[in-house]
Amino acid sequence: MTGTLLLSMGASSMGFWAMGGYARFVWPCFAFAGLVLAWNWWSARRYHAAARVRAARTLAMAASEQS
Amino acid sequence: MWTWFYRLASPPYVYGVAARLAPWFLGFAAVTIGYGLVAGLVFAPPDYQQGDAFRIIYVHAPSAWMSLFSYTTMAIAGAIALIWRIKMGHAVAAASAPIGASFTLLALVTGSLWGRPMWGTYWAWDPRLTSELILLFLYAGMMSLRSAFEDPARGDRAAALLGIVGLVNVPIIHYSVVWWNSLHQGATVAKLGKPAMPGSMLWPLLSMLLGFMLFYGAVLCMRLQGEVLNRERQAKWIREAIG
Amino acid sequence: MSVGLWEAFGLIVRRELCLSFRRPDQLAQPLVFFLIVTTLFPLGLSLQLSLLRDMAPGVLWVAALLSSLLSLDALFKSDADDGTLEQLALCGQGLNVIVVAKTFAHWLVTGAALVLVSPVVGTALGIPGGAFATMMLSLGLGTLTLSWLGAIGAGLTVGLKRGNVLLSLIVLPLAMPLLIFGAGATDRAITGTSAAGALYFLAALCVFTCTLAPFAATAALRITLE
Repeated sequence: MTGTLLLSMGASSMGFWAMGGYARFVWPCFAFAGLVLAWNWWSARRYHAAARVRAARTLAMAASEQS
Repeated sequence: MWTWFYRLASPPYVYGVAARLAPWFLGFAAVTIGYGLVAGLVFAPPDYQQGDAFRIIYVHAPSAWMSLFSYTTMAIAGAIALIWRIKMGHAVAAASAPIGASFTLLALVTGSLWGRPMWGTYWAWDPRLTSELILLFLYAGMMSLRSAFEDPARGDRAAALLGIVGLVNVPIIHYSVVWWNSLHQGATVAKLGKPAMPGSMLWPLLSMLLGFMLFYGAVLCMRLQGEVLNRERQAKWIREAIG
Repeated sequence: MSVGLWEAFGLIVRRELCLSFRRPDQLAQPLVFFLIVTTLFPLGLSLQLSLLRDMAPGVLWVAALLSSLLSLDALFKSDADDGTLEQLALCGQGLNVIVVAKTFAHWLVTGAALVLVSPVVGTALGIPGGAFATMMLSLGLGTLTLSWLGAIGAGLTVGLKRGNVLLSLIVLPLAMPLLIFGAGATDRAITGTSAAGALYFLAALCVFTCTLAPFAATAALRITLE
């Protein structure tokens, strides 16, 4: 039932994607939101990975000093 | 009773908790945001006045809320760190800053795109918009100040103080629509009693709000792990944590 | 020989004023900057005086903001560099008195001077004489608040290289409400409507800042000095 509902809304050009004429405002908003969320996730992962590398390097240096 | 509070002061504990919580936060965030998007974009009826453009609220309101929420978190974490000398507070504050700044930017951009069809302009020097812009500058100042110090501990403390000073802007933003004649609409959800929105529009919004908060929690935990590692590079527990 | 609180305050203010007047060229710099910046706007926009009047409050206030910021960097810098600040902190009066005295002396030399010069600038921008009282009062309150906001910023950035840019980055967002209400008060005085509301708000901001900022500025100095 929802499938046909979704299909019928998407099928017509003045339907879902047109957003009642406001498409050029609505979709960039959602796209930018997705971008910001994705950047946050990616940036946090990269930050953590870089911190791991630096910590491992410090550990290795400490170990080599002791030996 | 306070043991959980004291445990939060321990870096290896915080690192472990953040590592375990992050995927859960992310998973629940995906579910709530997913529901919010579908229900809000597809099933919520168009607004009487604004038509389908009102759907921008589903990203604008959560991001604006999160910009304030993460600034407050950042300021409180910094204050806890300054007062009780719990270094993990600084780690939370430092991790929070870039996330909050990105949400502030998102709020400003989505608000601007919403303003164009609704008010006829991409920007207005109205109290709420202006104070939200000031918030973005405050975030930028915080991040610059923290990184300007050669001694990271001193930078943490200076940034914590600045965070507390800037906290006064948060109630100004929130109440700006109450105190001044603002172009921006007033509170719709937080009104006690009946909110001004029908259920089919409200539930997706609440779900998106929750989803953004959970997402913030997830990303905060991920960044926090990096912050803890950077601050505790010399410690012994790192060896097992990195493996 | 122990020195009382007000005595210590008076001594430090006198010291600051003495040091400032020993270098009259450095004293005049913010004022000259103020005059030059306010000249830039009419030159850049080439408007007649009657049209310039509409922009005058904003131009005046932005110029006052920027010229106050110029001198804020030096608030604690020279004393921190040669160790005088630590000596003063140890002398037993507490860092608070020193911070309050230095900031007040700084305001006397920059903000108060700006207020006195403002009628000249106001005339050049086309502000009618009837608005001068409001203009000077709002500038007085505003520059005092700004000196305090700047003290917090100066305390946070005192040890940093190129701290003056960061100082502006920190202080300007906090000073934006000041600009809005200060320019608003002057604007209302020019158009003839009552500026009382804006002036009250400005006064409230001033009192709020003058009460709490000393603690923040002292804490900032403690963080950067220790």
